[in-house]
Amino acid sequence: MTHKSEINSSRRQFLNGSAIAAGLAIAPGVMLHQVAQAKPADQAVTSDKRWGMLIDTNKCSKGCDACVRGCQTENGWGENETKSGPNQVAQWIRKVELRDTSTGFTKSLPLMCQHCEHPPCVDVCPTGASFKRADGIVLVDKHICIGCRYCMMACPYKARSFIHEDLQDQLPVAPRGKGTVESCTLCVHRVDKDGENAIPACAEACNAEGHEAFVFGDLKNPNSRISQELAKHGGTQIRADLGLNVGIRYRGI
Amino acid sequence: MAVMYNYVRSLILLAGMALLGLPLVAQSETPLPVIPEASSRFSAEQACVEPTEEMRKNHMNYILHQRDETMHKGIRTRQHSLEECINCHVPVEDKDGQPMRITNKDHFCSSCHTYAAVKVDCFQCHADRPVKTTAFHPLTSQASEKTAFHHSDAGETVSADTLEVLAEEGKLQ
Repeated sequence: MTHKSEINSSRRQFLNGSAIAAGLAIAPGVMLHQVAQAKPADQAVTSDKRWGMLIDTNKCSKGCDACVRGCQTENGWGENETKSGPNQVAQWIRKVELRDTSTGFTKSLPLMCQHCEHPPCVDVCPTGASFKRADGIVLVDKHICIGCRYCMMACPYKARSFIHEDLQDQLPVAPRGKGTVESCTLCVHRVDKDGENAIPACAEACNAEGHEAFVFGDLKNPNSRISQELAKHGGTQIRADLGLNVGIRYRGI
Repeated sequence: MAVMYNYVRSLILLAGMALLGLPLVAQSETPLPVIPEASSRFSAEQACVEPTEEMRKNHMNYILHQRDETMHKGIRTRQHSLEECINCHVPVEDKDGQPMRITNKDHFCSSCHTYAAVKVDCFQCHADRPVKTTAFHPLTSQASEKTAFHHSDAGETVSADTLEVLAEEGKLQ
């Protein structure tokens, strides 16, 4: 695990202090903190936050694809692409099985856009359609995307899909159309609405199954559950050797 | 001379049409679009989110501005959002009970855009009629109470927002 971003420690301590001051115990075990975590709708996202996710593969069950179905339901992909072949249909998130060839031990995990700090897809995009938001979420602006698919080739995680056919009945939260590239948005519409309390659809579906493999949160806030879990038990970045400092961390691989 | 020629030509044309029994209205202009009523008013004084004349002329600029604000900065105010345009102006179904699509000439957007012969490409990607999307949301859905509760069971902190919602729903003992 490598953290490349440097954090200003004095500022961090100040934030710690204010967070504690804002905390208020209303009952044993129930703390009234995290007040006003969600940003007002008229304010832009800032780099004070960096959204990420920790996925505990030990809790991830082998044949379960609840996260994939949750994502499909939320963002409306996979169902309405009737003319695309199996290698063409969108995959915002997929289940991947890892196998240790020496022992035969297998492990299952969900793989999606890793929301890199230094995303290769953004580097190669000729139009600026592939971009990273101030809060670390990597997105495609389909208004600008010309469908060249350089980003798909640049992505080490194969996280992006191209839409090959005319679509209809898309969902308002996830506009998608022929000739553009798309990938996991970290449920950006939920994040903008609920901030730190947001739960991406994959995590929600996983929780509903009782697996709770996902922890979503702010990697820059040391008090967030994801930061505390990472500080305590650590987490692995897939292809950490590429130095992309991804926002999705895994445990148990 | 040319005036004379035109006069004679139109006389012959009219006489010919009368002989053929063609209605003269066939020569009139394209009928003005019938613009469907919106489902609600913005305020008592104002019908739409900006004055109606302003919206008729410049709606595309508002939508374009909002598009970039939302996409790149995460600003999701409702006043100029395309989704809210659709929610207010477009019914879910047409009068025959079919989904109201942009290809339908009674669709709010296409009623005018067909008349003005201006191609509208928003709906290659965007929903062209209202869609409910909050069905799976933890704080609004009955189905996912389990998810919302789970956090309190685990002895974790619950946000003020969540507490408020839970208290309102009378589920917090």
